[in-house]
Amino acid sequence: MGFFPHLLLAILEGTVAAAVLALSALGLALVFGVMRVVNVAHGEFFMLGAMLAWWVAKSVPGGPAAGFLAALIIAPLAVGALAFVTERLLLRRINYDPEATIVATIGLMFVIQQLALTVFGADAKAVSAPFTYRIALPWFGFSGYKLFVVVASVFILLAVWWVLARTKWGLVMRVTQFDRETATAFGIPVNRVYSAVFVAGAALVAVAAVLIVPIQQAHYLMGLDPLLMSFIVVIIGGLGSIKGSVIAAVIIGMADGIISMFFSPTLASIIATLAVALVLVFRPQGLFGVATR
Amino acid sequence: MTARILLLHGAVIVALFLAQYVASDYAVLTLTRIMVLAVYALGYNILFGYAGLLSLGHAMFFATGLYAAALGVTRLGMAVPEAFLFAAVCGVIVSFVTGLIVLRASGVAFMIVTLMFSQAAFLTVLYFGDITRGDEGIVIKDDQRVFPVFGHAVNLADLLVRYNIALAFLALAMFLCLAVVRSRIGHVLVAIRENENRTAMLGYDVKRYKLIAFVLSGSFAALAGASYALLFAYAGSTLASIQYSIHPLLWTLLGGAATVLGPVLGTALMFLLVDFASGFTSASLLFVGVVLILLVLFFPKGILGTIRQRWLRWLP
Repeated sequence: MGFFPHLLLAILEGTVAAAVLALSALGLALVFGVMRVVNVAHGEFFMLGAMLAWWVAKSVPGGPAAGFLAALIIAPLAVGALAFVTERLLLRRINYDPEATIVATIGLMFVIQQLALTVFGADAKAVSAPFTYRIALPWFGFSGYKLFVVVASVFILLAVWWVLARTKWGLVMRVTQFDRETATAFGIPVNRVYSAVFVAGAALVAVAAVLIVPIQQAHYLMGLDPLLMSFIVVIIGGLGSIKGSVIAAVIIGMADGIISMFFSPTLASIIATLAVALVLVFRPQGLFGVATR
Repeated sequence: MTARILLLHGAVIVALFLAQYVASDYAVLTLTRIMVLAVYALGYNILFGYAGLLSLGHAMFFATGLYAAALGVTRLGMAVPEAFLFAAVCGVIVSFVTGLIVLRASGVAFMIVTLMFSQAAFLTVLYFGDITRGDEGIVIKDDQRVFPVFGHAVNLADLLVRYNIALAFLALAMFLCLAVVRSRIGHVLVAIRENENRTAMLGYDVKRYKLIAFVLSGSFAALAGASYALLFAYAGSTLASIQYSIHPLLWTLLGGAATVLGPVLGTALMFLLVDFASGFTSASLLFVGVVLILLVLFFPKGILGTIRQRWLRWLP
């Protein structure tokens, strides 16, 4: 394969990586944006979504497509329910203190991880894609499902943007983000908004997991990578700025795809990690964020 | 330093010294490991407990000491004491440079940026797999662990030699820690933890003190890592992973942040708990998670923190 087909493949893989990243970071960005807390268990919500997709695909008769659709409904509901309980029993009781939340969600991360290991076992589980169409290019074939993931990501991102920017719900969330106390004074049930946002963030990442698991495999340790990558995207994009997160996801995803293809995936991760650390240090509000008051 | 403080900490060391005459071989080995890792927690506590900076990336410094010592002995042909010194120098340099960068961030950003740096360090260890041997790790041969001190050959493969070296190391670290937290530096660090702006207003160079705490803390971690590699003859990438950044946080929280004995107690208790748990489940990290959540919810001051608040106000 010549250089240009190689580059084309790298760009295609990069686009898929960018879509995957944007999708998995979306929930984290939403939760951090509105609630100002970092949910370290975000990656485990992703893992649970993937595990549920595998379990549903295995239990639902009627082939991969039926299983996929069922998982698309069941996984976000189940993970959302877990998030609801977490918010009530954990975050609310420590009053959304940023430090305590990080420590508590680290604990939750270990608990979910180990329970998944006990329940599902340590082996990686493959889930087949709902359809197996291959796009034949002159130099190589490319999975049609991967392109479907890209399209689905764009669709979900637009939907979330629409909710935030154009509906009353979005307005309430933005008001809470802007000033919690004034929002309370105007009769907005801040606690309920927090609860809803946390559940929505978890449900979004579960949807992301169901979409992505046919490309990867489900494994009880799979949560760490999306967690760290989501951190990277959310921080580079500016904490809380969804637009920034999406732009950052595209940059990081493309860079990751291309560096992974030409050099090594580990090197790509090292570079991305150091980039985020440096962005955070020299421009703490992120590339597209606005400095907090 | 008042007499009862010296007496209490001295008594802990004496009790640990006497323990080697009654404990089984297995208990001696476990205690050796606890003592080395307690030094790691002691250092972590300087930064977290006293200066109020929650780092999620201390495994990076632990690994610095670990690999500097292990590579020093196996690749650079150093004797054990040289390798230890080499690791100390590396620890100071790495924590100084990292500190200069990460201390520009604060709050949640500080936690995430330390986590990121540490993850980059972990990936670097894996990336240079032909030198570090990744997961599998570096094993130091027994004949490389014998070194002469004043004409006597000290053999680190010997169980009791190891125990007493670890004990001396812990005692040194503990009294150094006591000296630091009761000194002017320690008081300024607590002031920074309580109110950074006010401390700066009073004319203290807050950045410099934070950097001092960071380097002290990172160097303790590196020295603990070096002792771990030399005493147990092993350096592997798991010891550089995120888990090993979370452990000292957990130990410190459990024993009581901002108490000198807290991290030591926390390390010992957590080891006992995991040891006990491993009898009936392999998922020992489950206990780590549950304990973290319970501590945050119900017991944020930890054991010695609570004791100090209720009864012993003089506890350092």
